[in-house]
Amino acid sequence: MRTIKKTIMINQTKLVIEPGRAEKNYFADLWRYRELFYILSWRDISTRYKQTFIGILWALIRPFLTMVVFTVVFGKLAKLPSDGGAPYAIMVYAALLPWQFFSSSLTEASNSLVGNAQLITKVYFPRMIIPTSSIITCFVDFLISFAILVMVMAYYRFMPTLNIFLLPVFLLMAFAASLGLGLYITSLNVKYRDFRYVIPFVVQFGLYISPVGFSSSIIPEQYRLLYCLNPMVAVIDGFRWAIIGNTTFIYWPGFILSMAVTFFFVLLGIKKFRSMEKSFADII
Amino acid sequence: MMACYKGFLIMSDVVIQSDGLGKAYTISHQHRERYTALRDVLANRVKKAWSRIRNPHYYDHDTVEEFWALKKVSFEIKQGERVGIIGRNGAGKSTLLKILSRITEPTTGRVEITGRVASLLEVGTGFHPELTGRENIFLNGAILGMSQAEIKKKFDEIVAFAEVEQFLDTPVKRYSSGMYVRLAFAVAAHLESEILLVDEVLAVGDAAFQKKCLGKMQDVSTQSDRTILFVSHNMTAIQSLCSKGILLKKGGIQKMGDIDTVVNDYFSHEFLCQLVNEWNLDTAPGNDAVRVKKVHMLPESEDPVINVTTPLKVTTEFWICQDSVTITSISMALKNIKGEYIFACVTECSCTKGLYSAAVEIPGNFLNDDTYTIDFYFLKEATVLFLHQDCLVFQVNDIPRVSTGYLGKWVGAVRPTLHWDCSRLADA
Repeated sequence: MRTIKKTIMINQTKLVIEPGRAEKNYFADLWRYRELFYILSWRDISTRYKQTFIGILWALIRPFLTMVVFTVVFGKLAKLPSDGGAPYAIMVYAALLPWQFFSSSLTEASNSLVGNAQLITKVYFPRMIIPTSSIITCFVDFLISFAILVMVMAYYRFMPTLNIFLLPVFLLMAFAASLGLGLYITSLNVKYRDFRYVIPFVVQFGLYISPVGFSSSIIPEQYRLLYCLNPMVAVIDGFRWAIIGNTTFIYWPGFILSMAVTFFFVLLGIKKFRSMEKSFADII
Repeated sequence: MMACYKGFLIMSDVVIQSDGLGKAYTISHQHRERYTALRDVLANRVKKAWSRIRNPHYYDHDTVEEFWALKKVSFEIKQGERVGIIGRNGAGKSTLLKILSRITEPTTGRVEITGRVASLLEVGTGFHPELTGRENIFLNGAILGMSQAEIKKKFDEIVAFAEVEQFLDTPVKRYSSGMYVRLAFAVAAHLESEILLVDEVLAVGDAAFQKKCLGKMQDVSTQSDRTILFVSHNMTAIQSLCSKGILLKKGGIQKMGDIDTVVNDYFSHEFLCQLVNEWNLDTAPGNDAVRVKKVHMLPESEDPVINVTTPLKVTTEFWICQDSVTITSISMALKNIKGEYIFACVTECSCTKGLYSAAVEIPGNFLNDDTYTIDFYFLKEATVLFLHQDCLVFQVNDIPRVSTGYLGKWVGAVRPTLHWDCSRLADA
């Protein structure tokens, strides 16, 4: 019995801890800890919706009211044109969905590490699990607010085209954009604890420079490419294309630029996070 | 040569091999806060830039100091060994466990670990008050590194150990603190890992449960040949659970070896409290009537460490400086560290001008393990002429208890060994 155990021990891989070593098997570790990722996401979701009925209601009310206000202000008062003849409310809501997902993901991910300080100082696991799982919670909110879109579309008797099946692709882009920025900001947030005051401002500001309340087609042609430096532009355009249909069109050079910017932010976020991750337990 | 060396290590079952491990924290003198604020960083940059503009020879005064929580720590731990890590607060015990469990990375050195490591640095890490007991078992298990399948397999065992069957579907925020700790420890106790790192978790929970936990840890390590590293301030628990010890002092290894030797070493280095206090006539505490020359305490045994069995002798030497003063009685009062009086003991005398010595004996097997302070009262009838307060501080240590399985703190202000008579009266 004892010898069998010993043989098993010898076959086991050796764990080596030394300065800077954590790099090597990081992504293998991330995979090994996938169950923790599921369960942390589940914890966040279940506590969020368990505590209050308001949790679900909030996910419904917020985008709905924003949609009403934007439709009235931009569509009725400013009389901005809608995309492809779709009702203004649908056009606004098709953009609000990814925007709300992006902004709440960014906010949640940025605060996630500080909020889980107790875990970080007491147990080892790849830290990237925490901000990523907090984005999953926002995804559930996204699904709930999606129900409103269905209702609004039913109200206007608006039939989506087959394009809607490509929606997950754009959702993935929104996920990538929020993860990249979220990782970057959460690392800074651990180090500079007053950084969190900057985040609501960024989110607020982003709402107005992204084409949420209006169509991106009203941007003058010569600034269009510059405008697409905002990664959410491609995501929102993509959402509108998928939901409203072929009558809207995607501005391809801008779309590719947006994708590139998103990709850049993901790499930057991961790099920053990885470089600071080792010191989280010491400074949090 | 190197490969051969490594092969040898595996053969001899070394599961943790640490070489020159060190961990430095930087302390910046300008920022005393725990974490930096962006506001301050920006403000400082502007301030420094401004100072440079005004004075090109400006020197940056913000010195950064390194504090080494661990320094050159090297040791080997073999499979199945139970090692107690002891030392004062700040000696580096927790930092060592944090490095071994990969929570923080070392600044220097290297550790090789063979086998799966589970660390229990706190009871109930990640418990969520809104979730039920059942949900928290799965959550906490996953956080400690168990797979869901593993938890499912052990679920009933965990629940039985924690004794919370009826409350499984109650949110843990409604649990009593005892139930909470029991559930948390139960999950941790069922971790299946080759190496278990435990930090001071027995400081919580009631005595009976502590005993159960220690018993569980003992079972686990003897039956399945697991390696345990155990940090605690409870020497009794450490001595009964561990076979080897590592004594840390200021980040370095002070002593390593057999647990009893290491614990004795710890006591004799750390707790030789104020057993002698001596003054000359100018600085002597006292007043016009009485001046104390010297107080001292001798353990009436060879061992320099005072434990609960050691008889003690406390002596005060004092001058009576004036002809008119007479002392009719001297009283010694013993207080515990909280300042509560344990007892007072008085002797009658008639001392006039001169130098005196008064000694009182405290028998062995009488005091409990605690830190005590001594007061001397010099009295003339009912009047206190001089109260010499807290003149000695000493620590009484516990001894390993073999016969009783109980390892928690012995209750009571004193622990006298009294005569018992236990006899059988009749067959039942």
